[in-house]
Amino acid sequence: MAAAADTLGRQETAAPFAIELKGISKAFGPVQANKDINIAVPKGTIHGIIGENGAGKSTLMSILYGFYKADSGQIFISGNLTPIPDSQSAIRAGIGMVFQHFKLVQNFTVLENIVLGAEDGALLNTSLGKARRVLKELAQEYGLDVDPDTLVEDLSVGHQQRVEILKALYRQADILILDEPTGVLTPDEADHLFRILKGLKDQGKTVILITHKLREIMEATDNVSVMRRGTMVATVKTAETSPEQLAELMVGRKVLLEVEKTPAVPGKVVLSVENLHVRDEHGVERLKGISLEIRAGEILGIAGVAGNGQSDLLAALGGMTNASGKITLNGVDLPLSGAGSDGQSRREAGIAHVPEDRHHHGLILDFTAWENVAFGYHNDPKYQKSALFMDNDALRADTEKKMTAYDVRPPIPTLEAKNFSGGNQQKIVVAREVEQNPDLLLIGQPTRGVDIGAIEFIHKQIVALRDAGKAILLVSVELDEIMSLSDRIAVMFDGQIMGMRDPETTDERELGMLMAGMNGKNTGEAA
Amino acid sequence: MDRLPRWADLTLVPLVSLLFAAVISALVLLVIGQSPVEAFKVMVDGALGSPYGWGYTLYYATSFIFTGLAVTVAFHAGLFNIGGEGQAQLGGLGVALVCLSLPWPHWTVALIAATAGAALFGAAWAAIPAYLQAKRGSHIVITTIMFNYIAAALLVYMLVDVLKPVGQADPASARFPVGAQLPALNDIPGFNLIFERPVPANVTLLIALAMAVVVWALLWRTRLGYQIRAFGKSEAAAKYAGINPVRITIIAMLISGGLAGMMSINNVMGEAERLLQNSSEGAGFIGIAVALMGRNHPFGVVLAALLFGFLYQGGAELGLWTSIPIEMRIVVQGLVILFTGALDMMVRMILERAFGLVRSAKAMRAA
Repeated sequence: MAAAADTLGRQETAAPFAIELKGISKAFGPVQANKDINIAVPKGTIHGIIGENGAGKSTLMSILYGFYKADSGQIFISGNLTPIPDSQSAIRAGIGMVFQHFKLVQNFTVLENIVLGAEDGALLNTSLGKARRVLKELAQEYGLDVDPDTLVEDLSVGHQQRVEILKALYRQADILILDEPTGVLTPDEADHLFRILKGLKDQGKTVILITHKLREIMEATDNVSVMRRGTMVATVKTAETSPEQLAELMVGRKVLLEVEKTPAVPGKVVLSVENLHVRDEHGVERLKGISLEIRAGEILGIAGVAGNGQSDLLAALGGMTNASGKITLNGVDLPLSGAGSDGQSRREAGIAHVPEDRHHHGLILDFTAWENVAFGYHNDPKYQKSALFMDNDALRADTEKKMTAYDVRPPIPTLEAKNFSGGNQQKIVVAREVEQNPDLLLIGQPTRGVDIGAIEFIHKQIVALRDAGKAILLVSVELDEIMSLSDRIAVMFDGQIMGMRDPETTDERELGMLMAGMNGKNTGEAA
Repeated sequence: MDRLPRWADLTLVPLVSLLFAAVISALVLLVIGQSPVEAFKVMVDGALGSPYGWGYTLYYATSFIFTGLAVTVAFHAGLFNIGGEGQAQLGGLGVALVCLSLPWPHWTVALIAATAGAALFGAAWAAIPAYLQAKRGSHIVITTIMFNYIAAALLVYMLVDVLKPVGQADPASARFPVGAQLPALNDIPGFNLIFERPVPANVTLLIALAMAVVVWALLWRTRLGYQIRAFGKSEAAAKYAGINPVRITIIAMLISGGLAGMMSINNVMGEAERLLQNSSEGAGFIGIAVALMGRNHPFGVVLAALLFGFLYQGGAELGLWTSIPIEMRIVVQGLVILFTGALDMMVRMILERAFGLVRSAKAMRAA
């Protein structure tokens, strides 16, 4: 491995690597999360780490940041053997971490968040004064502009991420680790992030970018390491590889990156939504008059930055929230509040719903797989033994059948949902909903946190359901997914539909503009 | 990180917790100049050494099974019912009203009616906090605690102003008619071969055991139980599945209150044979500890109720035969609750580490 590492653009043989991991292993019980990992990251480069969920990326980074202790192996920082027993040592060694879920105090200002945990003394004012000075320098040096006195809760997601990066830099990090940083960003914000990372690199910082998105690896990194099932399978120069090769390395077999589908043959209107309004519990209007139609045999994709009303649209259609307006399914009006507007009634009407958040809505993690397969369909006659008792045996058999058909691993119905990987959890949810053979499938973020192999499978299921003449409403923040699956695309911004586009004739630029609230009519709302 | 095998999780964790509680109790006894060995002997002899002792241990355990099951059902719906005590007292009122209302021809008929009365009154007392939680968001812990005080006050009023027979001095109801008196275990053919002397444990024990099976079937075999457990694990997910949170909250609390109320057939109908003030004697609160220790599983609840029955009876024996103050039993119970409930994670962590060491030693030897 060391010899291979030497080919990774190390300019002077004397300059040590920013980080070198040798023989890192870590097991959780019987699961070998990391197995003899060797990796060398040259100073002043952007190094991508890519792998499916459960490949061991996060474990490796947690070891590097002192959250876990490796069972064996050594960590070298700038050529020196550096044990990292806790995150304080990691910070002292110059490692900064930007987590996927930000660790910011929402009702503190930017400045207070940056100082938090790095206060110099008992009095806050001296620290804040110093931080303000340092922040100004950092802003000039790296183009990381954030108003220090704004409350974090008032910042956009992209800006909150910048605060996280500033926090690391304030703690004098030379090595910055970013875990899935673009999951919550618009394409524009992601581009901006990559520009910031390039700036950091130019200033001599080392960046480790963990992601499962091949495009980002190709765009932003100098070198890339691929992990699969706890081992490091390859480290290559980004310029000398291709997305297809990386995907194959990740999964261990050839993967179809493009969705294969024939043109849609839309039939009659299945779902019709007119002037749909939703207010949240604070009285804020989240949907401001949505109207749309979905026909049998077509996939309507809803593109948009997270938080622009897509979730509320799914919730209203799925019977999870009250709404006003009018929705009809196969010509029948569905109530939007009060009796008959709950999830049970929607399912009875023929709407299945794969929710955006499988951990909070789609599954009960402490329930077994078979209990989860009954979830939402627990009143279904085929799962009842008598008026009182459920037919658990039939359910288990049914679950086993679904798990085999959807290649859920391991196919053990009595295993609790939390013990499956993200992709397999999602397959359980998709199997449950799709196998109900609904007239309309609502599907939110079908492949969030799902590995490439499972993505391919889930996409195929969605297309197959469409080809069976069903209507599908697809919500995703992944523009690639929307572009490749949808037969029509609606872009949502601020609770409204900004426009309908044909995926054949539109492009990411145009959709990105609409997602940011810009179209021919109003350009003033650009965030 | 390393998880315990299931058998260790179910048996070793509570046993080690108990061991800790026993060791600390022994230390306390040493500090007050008493012999822990002697005390332990007295407790075991008094509670388990004779059928007579068992008769008391089982009597207490019967009450604890009901209140433990009550906490268990609510817990699975994500509700912490602290109001078992008040619900049990109201259950006692229900039992007394039923028993005193008719000249019951036979105890079996009276038992069915009194059980219904106890469950109904207990459930009704839980219904108000349940409604306030489901519809108004008033926290069930706070409201059920408040309802314990209201129940106590209501019982005093009922006993002093309504149920007390004319001319009687103490605040208690009249004695129940003969047809409403339950057979003790020493009265039941078969059982009377074991229990030769009169014991307070009575036929209610069998109802308690049956209820444990019913609760198990309810939670893990019925649609309602499925919905209760789903709602208890995740309210957000329940909403997605179309499970009505208001309905489940209220139903689960009604069942919970009904079970707590049913304990009163044991003490009020089976033992005192009239309604006394504070008849439940804190069994409603013990139910919380029993449910915690029994891992909110009906069968665990039965075992934990037996343990607490032993502690209750053994503690009483301490007060009778030794100079150890009877308050010592509260100390011991407190320690058991502390270790099995609050410090459960600590014990588990110690065991997980021990298991991890064993495992890596094995792995090393294998390698």
